[in-house]
This record gives sequence, C-alpha cells and structure tokens, in this order.
Amino acid sequence: MNQKLNARTITNKELFYGHKACGGCGEALAVRLAMKVLGERTFASLPAGCMSAVSFIYPNMAFTSNAIITPFASTGAVAAGVAAGLKALGIEDTHSVGFAGDGGTADIGLQALSGAIDRNDDIIYFCNDNEAYMNTGIQKSGLTPYGTRTTTSPAGENLPGSITMKKNMFEIVAAHGIAYAATASIGYLEDFMKKVQKAKDIKGTSYIHVFAPCPTGWGHESNIAVSLAKQAVDCGLWYLAEYENGEFTLNKNPKEFSSVEDYLKVQGRFKHLEDRDIEIIKNHRDTKWKKMRRDWVR
Amino acid sequence: MKRPKVKKWTEPKTIKDYPMGSTCDSDHLTSINAGWRTFRPVINYDKCVNCLRCFLVCPDGVIDKSGEKLEIDYDYCKGCGVCEYECRPRAIDMVKEEK
Repeated sequence: MNQKLNARTITNKELFYGHKACGGCGEALAVRLAMKVLGERTFASLPAGCMSAVSFIYPNMAFTSNAIITPFASTGAVAAGVAAGLKALGIEDTHSVGFAGDGGTADIGLQALSGAIDRNDDIIYFCNDNEAYMNTGIQKSGLTPYGTRTTTSPAGENLPGSITMKKNMFEIVAAHGIAYAATASIGYLEDFMKKVQKAKDIKGTSYIHVFAPCPTGWGHESNIAVSLAKQAVDCGLWYLAEYENGEFTLNKNPKEFSSVEDYLKVQGRFKHLEDRDIEIIKNHRDTKWKKMRRDWVR
Repeated sequence: MKRPKVKKWTEPKTIKDYPMGSTCDSDHLTSINAGWRTFRPVINYDKCVNCLRCFLVCPDGVIDKSGEKLEIDYDYCKGCGVCEYECRPRAIDMVKEEK
C-alpha cells in the first residue's frame, strides 16, 4: 500500500478503544494511530506501564486484536516469541508489535530489545516516550531530560531536578545496524503514520521512538498535548529522523528554533528552572543539532 | 455510530464462571468513561469544514467519521479538549456538563 496516510485515508475502525488513560494522553493517541495503520492482524505485546494498565482492566479489554502483558524487562523477547510462533504455525500476513514506555525501553527492557534487534526478529517495537515512569507515579527514567522535576529527582536549592540528559536511545538502537529505526512525535501525526507504514512493510526489526506528552506527569493542560509535542520538535528539544540502510536522515531541519522557554514554561515539571538551567538545555540542544546537521543531512 | 459498544457483564459467582488462565476476550468493554468529563465538546456544524483534524488527534478515538457529519461518542469522550484546541475553524465548543 503506497497510499498517503492522513485523517481522510486512515480507517475509521478503532482498534484501541475505551481505555482508561488520562484525558489528553499522548501515548494513547500514538498507540491508537499505530494500531490503525498496522491493522487487525496485529499481535501486541505490552510490558508493565501505562498502556497495559489502562487497557487490560478485567473484565475490560481495550484492544480489539490479540494483546498480551509481558514481564517488564521482556517486551522485545515476547514480541520476538510471538513472531516466531506465528511463523511456526504458518500464520501469514500478521505483525508482531511491542508497545513499551520510555522506562520499559531505555532502562528495563533494553537487553531484550537489543537481543531482538541482534537476531533481526520480524517485530515492530514502539517506544512511547513520555520522559518518566508515569504509571508508577512519575519517577525519573533514562529518557528524562535535564532539569525535569520528578518524584525521584526533586528540584530544590541544590539540584534543578534531573541532572542527566536524555539517553540517546535512537542512536543506541541504530548502532545495532537495525533494519529500520525512526523518531516521531504526536505533534506530527502524518509523519508518524508514514513511519509506522514503513516499519510495517519492512522485514526484520523496526523501532519507532514516539514522543508523547503526559498531561498528568508533565503538569500541563490536557488540551495542549498535541501542540506541545509539535512545539518540542519546533524548539529543537526533539527531532524527527530515520535510520535506514545504514544511513541517518534528518526529516525536519528547521531554519530557526521556536522559543524553548515557551515550551518549558507551560509545564509544571519545568516551572522551577532558572535562566542558567535553560542555558544548559539550549547548549545541549545546539551541540546535538550541530552534529545532526553535519552528519544526517544529505 | 461505528464505535465499540458496552457489553453486558455479569460478575462471576463461582470459580467455574472465571475464564481458564489469565485471559479475557478482546474488544470487551463493560464500563463507560463519560463520568470523567467536566466539559463536553460540542461540534458546531455551521462552522465545521470536515477537515477531520479532531478525528485524527483524539486520544480516545471517539469521533466517528463514517457518517455525513462527524459524531462524538459521548460514552467514551473524557473531555480532554484536544479536539477543541486543535480545531482551526474553532467549530468545537467545550460546554460545562450539568449534573
């Protein structure tokens, strides 16, 4: 299928419906649209995390296709096992997909994901990145950016919240020589759906890292969730890129960044930041973009 | 409206009523989410240009595009307001729910 995916062409049928995620949940939107693109013959594996907690509340089940909750560390392994099982049974035209959060990907599930990529198992792995362990009450993860107030990295007189930068998950995955990897944002949904379609068509492991705001954990109004995700890309704190055939490509290269302050200041988790912290964030962004523009733009 | 519907559910009384193993049917909804809402999105069809932006951005997928006009499934709308915020012709109003 080479049809361009947008609101008009995408199916009206909901494959992830009636879940109990908070109002304005970015992750739920990412899973909903990914399922629409992948279709009904999809087997989803979800570790502990928001998306399994909100969709498997017995006797409620929000997925309309097969889905399983995996041990926290083994999204990649279970999804690979499902793919192997489908192959052994000769069930064709299906997809095995993993939906993990940022903690379940960058910290706890990293080993299983690495193994799956190494074996080049035919799975699609989604990292729904909301930048902390939200399901358990907002603890810092490896993908929490600098200056974020979480319950395990409180902001105070001595520390500005999290003191580490976001782990470079996309490049870690790409360094395996994966078949396809991409970063996306729910602020750019057409781009996200295009990448899901690409991952669907590729044989072998694909990885999509989707940036998804969390109104509850980030402390912002629920109605700005999608526009905040767009703002993150526009101000340079997130980027849209792809890795394919051993090459990186930057999909969006803004001439000028929008205001970082405007992005940070609407979120409760960044309210405490002082000018010097914002300067650190901007410097880190500029270093990163300098490299990306040098190496990823062709 | 083409959206999954609430199914009738009876609490298991004895151990025999429970499913074998830790499994359950998919697409099985026994409760609605309407009670979460403080504000209800209402589409003003005079202003709506049918761009389907609201359909695309709804985290809960409650906006149905199959009919002539867009329809909102109020059983599952949580009133987050993303649709209203994203609507360019400002054709959606958030109206306070009356008890």
